[in-house]
Amino acid sequence: MPVSSSPRTLFDKIWADHVVDRLEDGTCILYIDRHLVHEVTSPQAFEGLRMAGRRLRRPDATVAVVDHNVPTSDRSQPIEEPESRLQIETLEKNVAEFGVPYFPLRSASQGIVHVVGPEQGISLPGMTIVCGDSHTSTHGALGALAFGIGTSEVEHVMATQTLLQKPAKNMRVSVEGKVGPGVTAKDIMLAIIGKIGTAGGTGHVIEFAGSAIRDLDMAGRMTLCNMSIEGGAKAGLIAPDETTFAYVKGRPFAPKGEAFEQACAYWRTLASDEGAHFDTEVTLKAEDIVPSVTWGNSPQDVLPIDGVVPSPSDFKDPAQAAQVQRALDYMGLTAGQKIAGTPVDVVFIGSCTNSRLEDLRAAAEVVRGRHVAKTVRAMIVPGSGLVKEAAEAEGLDKIFLEAGFEWREAGCSMCLGMNPDRLTPGQRCASTSNRNFEGRQGPGGRTHLCSPSMAAAAAVTGTLCDVRELMKETV
Amino acid sequence: MEKFTELTAIAAPMPNENIDTDQIIPARFLKTIQRTGLGKNAFAAQRYDDNGNENPDFVLNKEPYRHAEILITYDNLGCGSSREHAPWALLDFGIRCVIAPSFADIFFNNCFKNGILPIRLPREICDELMGDARQGSNSRLTVDLEKQIIIRPDGNVVPFEVDPFRRHMLLEGLDDIGQTLAHDAEISSFEHQASRAWVPSISMGTAK
Repeated sequence: MPVSSSPRTLFDKIWADHVVDRLEDGTCILYIDRHLVHEVTSPQAFEGLRMAGRRLRRPDATVAVVDHNVPTSDRSQPIEEPESRLQIETLEKNVAEFGVPYFPLRSASQGIVHVVGPEQGISLPGMTIVCGDSHTSTHGALGALAFGIGTSEVEHVMATQTLLQKPAKNMRVSVEGKVGPGVTAKDIMLAIIGKIGTAGGTGHVIEFAGSAIRDLDMAGRMTLCNMSIEGGAKAGLIAPDETTFAYVKGRPFAPKGEAFEQACAYWRTLASDEGAHFDTEVTLKAEDIVPSVTWGNSPQDVLPIDGVVPSPSDFKDPAQAAQVQRALDYMGLTAGQKIAGTPVDVVFIGSCTNSRLEDLRAAAEVVRGRHVAKTVRAMIVPGSGLVKEAAEAEGLDKIFLEAGFEWREAGCSMCLGMNPDRLTPGQRCASTSNRNFEGRQGPGGRTHLCSPSMAAAAAVTGTLCDVRELMKETV
Repeated sequence: MEKFTELTAIAAPMPNENIDTDQIIPARFLKTIQRTGLGKNAFAAQRYDDNGNENPDFVLNKEPYRHAEILITYDNLGCGSSREHAPWALLDFGIRCVIAPSFADIFFNNCFKNGILPIRLPREICDELMGDARQGSNSRLTVDLEKQIIIRPDGNVVPFEVDPFRRHMLLEGLDDIGQTLAHDAEISSFEHQASRAWVPSISMGTAK
């Protein structure tokens, strides 16, 4: 590992340790430690390899799962949608032909790629991790440089185990202090995106720092890094610490015994040095963050739950004003209305943002002893088969089922509606996913992003509401 | 990949910020296992009504913009999903150049990989070019990558910046995998560094 005299950031260090070669114009050949593959963005890349007669360079650094298209209902039946079935069968054919380790649909370890990677110890601190999926930023929670790539780059990694890259800029988002009750990692991240905007992180890797970040468990850190892309960043990063090492230890693909200790010794060197330069610095006070929801069709359209929907007249730029009006029309909201009290039709708790055991526990805490409102369809989609098993071992499934939730199989599900889990036009959903774009959860569907506990509160009251009110009540 | 050298074409104005890749190609069309054929569903939610009929108000359904090869938008074009289906859909529609004040990183990169030239220009200049685009079919823009200029219908010239390596790849229509594989020896020696001994190999024998 190169020794540098000037203080470096976590990103600078991981970057430097993966540069294979530097081309004349400064473009680097960056080595990739882990390539995660799913069925949607890989078929054209495998086909490209085949057409060019190229081999997959490192099958032992590649892992495939099916997640985007999979049904989350009964898995004993064949997949109904022919195109989804073809995409899954194509992946299965490709992993067999190229010798890629694969978690098949009916494996207990199957799940969303960004849940499975950390859970299995495939994703580790200090690594470079890529996947043809923008939410690859999730794995940055471990202190890995992890980012989404397009299918051409998927093929590039398959053939060369590297990418052609120029270094990103460094941005540090510090959240100091302690969050109040009912405030989760999701609320912290929505607050950050609300502050920097969806293009605020463009060209940067964000390192999340400060006491409120260090206090988060790994699931919370993953929620935060997951949505770095919604702030426009190339990746999110959190310095690996004892919380990280305790999480990694003993995972199936993590180093064992002495190898683990050696790895930890290296990982401890990765934290940003005192005085390291950040191109952009943003600071938030944890105490200022409250349970939040989005009102519009961009993740930066964040409101505290006690807030009111903005008006086009709040914006000077006519293009922005027009866009606010368009979002109000699409979302079926009126300028100036309180966001709390807005009735919802569907509640979706799942996605690579919020489908881990800790997320389900937080939702169950709110649901326990209550019942889903009559007007609401509420579903829980665990992030992996192992999350589902662990939740069932704690009896969380019973809490949800007794309350009237659906308890489903693992997959991306209603986050993007590539499987049958979709909103119908006009349906309004409190969702723990990551994007509230027009049509994201189904054509005409209306998405309000929020935390698992806020989604659970919406399920039982039938409206967007402040989970802290429910926490006050004793059930 | 098709070369990009010079293009004289109709430009479609789309004066919106944050046009995300879900808008460019909704998720339900990502089930293809091919790169081609996505053009008919580009901007599907805005382009068609619930019955699949064209929405006459949408710019790409109007003449002359249904023949547009250049798209001009406001900030943060291509935000959201990494789906390369977005540039594939644009390309299949006929778009070879996208102009905006800013782009999301992954989309920007994906464009270059598919022979589409993304050009960053200040908002005021995008506004002027949109003004040109609104003039209709006699108002074509010329994009010259060799000289790094856009020639407006009135003959005025707008210079633009582009990364030299990416410019070279586009001008020559080169496949960067072939280029990287020329560094195979360096990649192999990197892989075998002692400092990388902690990185485990994955084999399903160890999976649960």
